[in-house]
Order: sequence, then C-alpha cells, then structure tokens
Amino acid sequence: MVKIIYVEADGTERAVDVAEGHSVMEGAVSNGVHGIVAECGGACSCATCHAYIDVSWLEKTGLAEGDEADMLEFAHEPKPTSRLICQIEVTSDLEGLRIEIPDEQA
Amino acid sequence: MAFRLRQKGYRGSITMIGDEVWPPYQRPPLSKKYLTGELARDRLSLKPAETYEENGIELLLDRRVARVDRAARRVFFDGNDDNSLDYETLIFATGGRPRQPDDLGDTLPENIFTLRAISDADAMRERLAPGKHLLVVGGGYIGLELAAVARKRGLKVTLLEQAPRILGRVACSQTADYFRHLHTENGVTLREGVSIESFEGPEQRPSFVKLTEGDEVSFDVAVFGIGLLPNDTIAREAGLECAGGIIVDGWGRTSDPDIRAAGDCARLPYRGDMIRLESVHNAIAQAEHIADDIVCPGGPSYAPVPWFWSDQYDCKLQIAGLNLGYTKVVTRPGTKPGAFSNWYFKGEEMIACDAINDARSFMMAKRWLAVAHRPCPELICDPSWDLAKF
Repeated sequence: MVKIIYVEADGTERAVDVAEGHSVMEGAVSNGVHGIVAECGGACSCATCHAYIDVSWLEKTGLAEGDEADMLEFAHEPKPTSRLICQIEVTSDLEGLRIEIPDEQA
Repeated sequence: MAFRLRQKGYRGSITMIGDEVWPPYQRPPLSKKYLTGELARDRLSLKPAETYEENGIELLLDRRVARVDRAARRVFFDGNDDNSLDYETLIFATGGRPRQPDDLGDTLPENIFTLRAISDADAMRERLAPGKHLLVVGGGYIGLELAAVARKRGLKVTLLEQAPRILGRVACSQTADYFRHLHTENGVTLREGVSIESFEGPEQRPSFVKLTEGDEVSFDVAVFGIGLLPNDTIAREAGLECAGGIIVDGWGRTSDPDIRAAGDCARLPYRGDMIRLESVHNAIAQAEHIADDIVCPGGPSYAPVPWFWSDQYDCKLQIAGLNLGYTKVVTRPGTKPGAFSNWYFKGEEMIACDAINDARSFMMAKRWLAVAHRPCPELICDPSWDLAKF
C-alpha cells in the first residue's frame, strides 16, 4: 500500500493507503474523499477527477499530455499542475504524494 | 442516491435492495476493460463494501422485490408475503434489462449472450477464445464495443445490423461512416440492412444463422446488443404511470408523491420531450438531484446535460447532449490527426456533439450546452477558430 494525501477543497487533509496498480482516482473514490466525482470510472473521458499535484511531486507524476491535457484545458480552473488523477497509477515511488482537490469539477 | 442523502444530512434509515449478489458496481467496463481482463472485478465496485455500513446504509443483496403495496407503503419480497419492508419514501432505481431475441425462448442457448451484469461478462469471456467466430447482433455502441474487444482478443467477428445502417438510432450518418470504416479496417465483417431468419444447429448450441437474404453465417458465440428495456414492471403493477419507463417529473416524482424513480428505469422531461436517458451521468446526476430534493425540497427542476462515451480500439468517442430531432450536422476538423467532431443543430440551436478523438470539442460542447450558448455553425466548421479563445 502507498500513502497518498488528498487535500479537500475546504483544506481537510485525508491520508489514505492505496493499493499499487490502482489509480490515484480510485484511492480517492474508495475512501470517500470529497470532490472527486470520476463519472467515467477512469476512462479519461469525463474530466471529473481533476486535481492539482503538489509541485514537488510533478517530476514523479509527470504532466498531463494528449487527451488528458486537452480536457484539462476546459476543466474548472486548470493550472499547470493540473492532472486527471485517473491517469496516475499508484506506484511505490509515490509514497506520500500530496494532491489538492478543486472546489468544483467540470 | 443513498450516499448523497447521507452527505446532505438525511437521518432516516436507508435500505438498498438489489437482485444481484454483488454490491453496486460500474457497468460500462463490462463491455470494455472488464471483458478484456484489464480490470479486475474488485475494481468495478462503486464503493468499498464497508462504506455502506459506515454510512448507515443497509444493503440487501440477492433479494428481489415482488410487489409494492402503495396504500400500506410496503414492499414485498419474492415468494413470501410475511417478508416485507415498510417505507416513507420509495425509490425505483431498477435500471433496465437487455432486449432479448424474439425466437430463442426464455433461456438463451449456452453460446448466445446479452450483456448487462458481471455474470454475463464472466460467462461470455470464457468463450471469447482467439480464433473463435463471434457473431454480434446489433450495431449500437454496445455491439460495436464488443466487436472491438473480440478483434483485440483475436476472434473473427461478424456484426449484423437490421437497420439500413449502424448507430441509426443514436448518431448521424457521418459518425456511423467513421465507425463502419474503423471496424472494417480492423477486420470486422460488418453487414447492414440484414435480418436473421433463424438460428440453426443444436438447440442448446446453435452454430449458424440463416439470413432473410438467403445466405448463412456460422459462429461459435453470439451476442445480442439490441437495446435496453426499462425495469418498470413492479412500478406498473403497483399502478404507477408508466410508458416505456416510469414517468417522473423534474424532481423524479412518479404519479405517487411518495415514490420516485431515477436512472435507466425512468422516463423524464427533457427540453419538451419525455425521454429515457441511458447513461452513467444521468444515473448519478438524477439520483443526486432527487436526494437533494428529499432533504431540502424546493430547488429547480432537473436539467441534465447528457453525455456519453465509448472506447473502441484506440478511438475515443465522447458525446455531449442528445441529438433528438436534429435538422443539420456540421463537421469540425480536429487539431490532431484522426480527430474531428460532428455537431448537431435543431434549427439555430446546437443540441449535441459527437467528438472523435477530440476531447477539446467535447468539453467545449458540454460547457456550451450547460449555458444554452448558440454557437454559429459556420464558425464551428472553421478549424482556425480556436474553441479555447471563446
């Protein structure tokens, strides 16, 4: 299990253990983290699992590319650190990953 | 709905009754990554099992409701009249069931399937071995997704569509042309405007179909993707108004104010029509809207911006809106190779968009539909006009 820290829009921090191989989105949904909707269940089709990656982690998670970047352009308040977190697979490298959740999804 | 009720502070008891053995799960992957084996069963669950109890939601699985006594506000389970549960508010979120082929009897032969539940996908997957021949009956999105999965697994695939063209009910001919080409290029034998006369071979395991045109198509496995029927029987028998789905108003209320309906089983008002909306988005959004109205009545009526998606081979299709009653379609070239979008207009009004490998157009269309913006068709067709600069 890998510890991921989700910061909800009101500032609440939720540190949860997520199985390797699952997505960062699944970690949020299965632990009832507020603000991640994930309507399409991880198909990179809905842009409702938008979150901001803590800058210090960007090197490990990488930046959004392709379809993901195209959708983020039209998401609610996108930033350069924006990702659709269904596209980030949890690996041991990400122990302690910190992400912030916006107050609205697209 | 149950979780939204809790989130909004609903304090009463909540019981969810389902006739399947699994806790609520995602169905879209059943014809996509679950069938290919890329997604394991435990990852289909909508919520971890323990969260139901944590939220005070009692889950009654593998139980079927036989009837509802509205006067007594009580539901009765199958077979046993002593076995019942009373309610203050009853929600039908009964979904739908696949339309079955007419002439194969109540129980399908062992090598013929429809796809709706985990059990269907499990049974089908065992038979989708490389080299076998899959016959897909129905050229809607489910049929096309199944054809794509089977080709990826190395099966021979024939797809039959009774109507003059695939996607006849749901998309314009431009979108259908793209998918016909995509499947043909990927080795699917796709035949439109053909009907099955009969299934032939052993009764428990037919091996070929006779077509009304006179020729025959042999197969090892067949799957029907010919539409969904709303599960409204119990509601109808309880005297609720139904017409191909349970009739509801903009707050999900049926003709009985204590009973609501949401998702695939409901027929709801949408821009002047009464429609059923078969989509994940509607199942979530309508349910949440009803939950909010139960806890805090008096809000605006439900006004969804429907959206859908389909994955086939490496192609991503995203649909915003509903093209019901469209009068014109314009095509916008995408900014990447293989990307484009078809935009539907009803008079001057943009009502829907099929975006093929073109997430930007999809996102923009969805946003415009939400604010009832009326983009001009000429601008949409102009690729030099940047959607993001709007």
